[in-house]
Amino acid sequence: MVNEYVRQNIYFLLFRIATFLSVVFLLFILLYILKEGIGVIDIKFLTSMWSHRDITQGGIFPAIIGTIFLAIGVSIISIPIGICTAIYLNEYAKENLLTRTIKLAIRNLAGVPSIVYGIFGLAFFVLFLKLGGSLIAASLTLGCMTLPWIITASEEALKSVPLSFREGSYALGATKWQTVRKNVLPHSFSGMLTGSILGISRAIGETAPIIMIGATFFMGYLPSSPFDKFMALPYHLFILATQHSSPYAREYALGTSLVLIALIFMLNSGFFILRYKLRKKKEW
Amino acid sequence: MPNYRNIKEKLIELLLSTASITALLILIGIFVFLFITGIRTFTEISPTEFFLGNEWNPTAYGEPKWGILSLVIGTIIVTFGSLVIAIPLGIASAVYLSEIAKPKIRETIKPVIEMIAGIPSVVLGLIGILFLSPLIAKIFGLSSGLNAFTSSIIVGVMVLPTIISISEDVLTSLPNEFRESSLALGATKWQMIRMTLLPAALSGIVAAIMLGLGRAVGETMGVLMVAGNSRAMPISFFDPIRPMTANIAIEIKEVVKGSLHYEALFAIGLVLFVMTFVVNFISDIIIEKQVRKYKW
Repeated sequence: MVNEYVRQNIYFLLFRIATFLSVVFLLFILLYILKEGIGVIDIKFLTSMWSHRDITQGGIFPAIIGTIFLAIGVSIISIPIGICTAIYLNEYAKENLLTRTIKLAIRNLAGVPSIVYGIFGLAFFVLFLKLGGSLIAASLTLGCMTLPWIITASEEALKSVPLSFREGSYALGATKWQTVRKNVLPHSFSGMLTGSILGISRAIGETAPIIMIGATFFMGYLPSSPFDKFMALPYHLFILATQHSSPYAREYALGTSLVLIALIFMLNSGFFILRYKLRKKKEW
Repeated sequence: MPNYRNIKEKLIELLLSTASITALLILIGIFVFLFITGIRTFTEISPTEFFLGNEWNPTAYGEPKWGILSLVIGTIIVTFGSLVIAIPLGIASAVYLSEIAKPKIRETIKPVIEMIAGIPSVVLGLIGILFLSPLIAKIFGLSSGLNAFTSSIIVGVMVLPTIISISEDVLTSLPNEFRESSLALGATKWQMIRMTLLPAALSGIVAAIMLGLGRAVGETMGVLMVAGNSRAMPISFFDPIRPMTANIAIEIKEVVKGSLHYEALFAIGLVLFVMTFVVNFISDIIIEKQVRKYKW
């Protein structure tokens, strides 16, 4: 029996090491980028236009703006449709073939590789709908990609509202929509929003799809309409890391990834705080 | 005005149900657009040449080559390599988090794993280029560290969170009676995990691995930046390779829209789509069964 316990301790130690390896990975990645990238970050780097000839003379301002525009575009497209879909599936839909097919489609969409979304966007939005390589084509493409994540997260939020909330409302004679609007949505809205924001923050870090639908490495102006091309942080750092000849390209790529991670982190933490505040109002 | 209210109710339901069809339309749209463009490849190239030819060189002067076998093998190598890394680490972490760790530790580590999933793949690719590949080159005495091995590590890190979180969900969802009865028979905790929990969770863990596999097959930046981009048929793990995703990303920008090359890249996209669809579909069925088995 002693042997069994020795064996158990060895295995459990291995499992613990395996788990803490993940923590080490994450800390290492964050610290490495922070240490190597912080050097290039100053006001000029964050607020000036990109300078093509001498990259030390300019900044990544247009890439930051491009990524923010993209986040807004993706939100406008995917959050309303995603939330409506979740409400329909969770509150209205009857268990039939169509509902099952839709649920299956959502799960499968979540597994489609991002590059496949990219070539679909190229064929459909850029060429077929003639939107060209533009902010709107990229927002639509990333919106399609984000949709299944938002639906899944929103459904989770709706499921967490107790059934008794709905029953109480019906018992008072409320209609379906009155029940959903007054008794279900107020208690699930913060959860749906948080899930959506997590989805959006994953979308703005995507590089592969936007390579072929409008991201450019250098643009002398900010996009002024949805039909303009745009610069974006992930694409910018990809080119800096793989195709740029400047001796400073390495540092600038690291600085750009630091900004990208900071942006994603801010987006997430802002909404975590919001959710926390909204949650405190919950009364059950 | 009961009638007016009825109409409003119906309208809202109609609006919501229309929205919910979007997801289905997108999936169909993706398939149709890849299919109608990709299938045209085969009017000029025989499927045998496309799938079994081991040389891909569409821009070669005179005699372009259209075989995707070396690209497919590139995808298989990286997927295999990344899973060799992510499966043991992922299952070990899932077991630790669900059965061994104290609640406090679990609640600290789970967000960390979510954060790894939240790191953009291009950033991990950058770490691969700047840190990992020089290290690998030095350790193994290679001229370049941009190869299948390095790329497998990066992609392995990317699929790790998927495998951990789904396996952990499966283990946590097992009924407590399993644990109690096993311990009551005098089993140690490790015997309980090994003989009762892991066999019961097996199909769910297999599904988690398959979802990870789907992610690895479709991963683009981790292979585009780190795998070395060579179209030559790889012979060892330390050869530079070019998986299907990387090939599409490299060539799609330069290609003439509507040309045979453009169509062939869509055909590769179609192959990717079908591969991931099948993998996800199977894991979906497995998870469904697993959930139903222990739901009471």
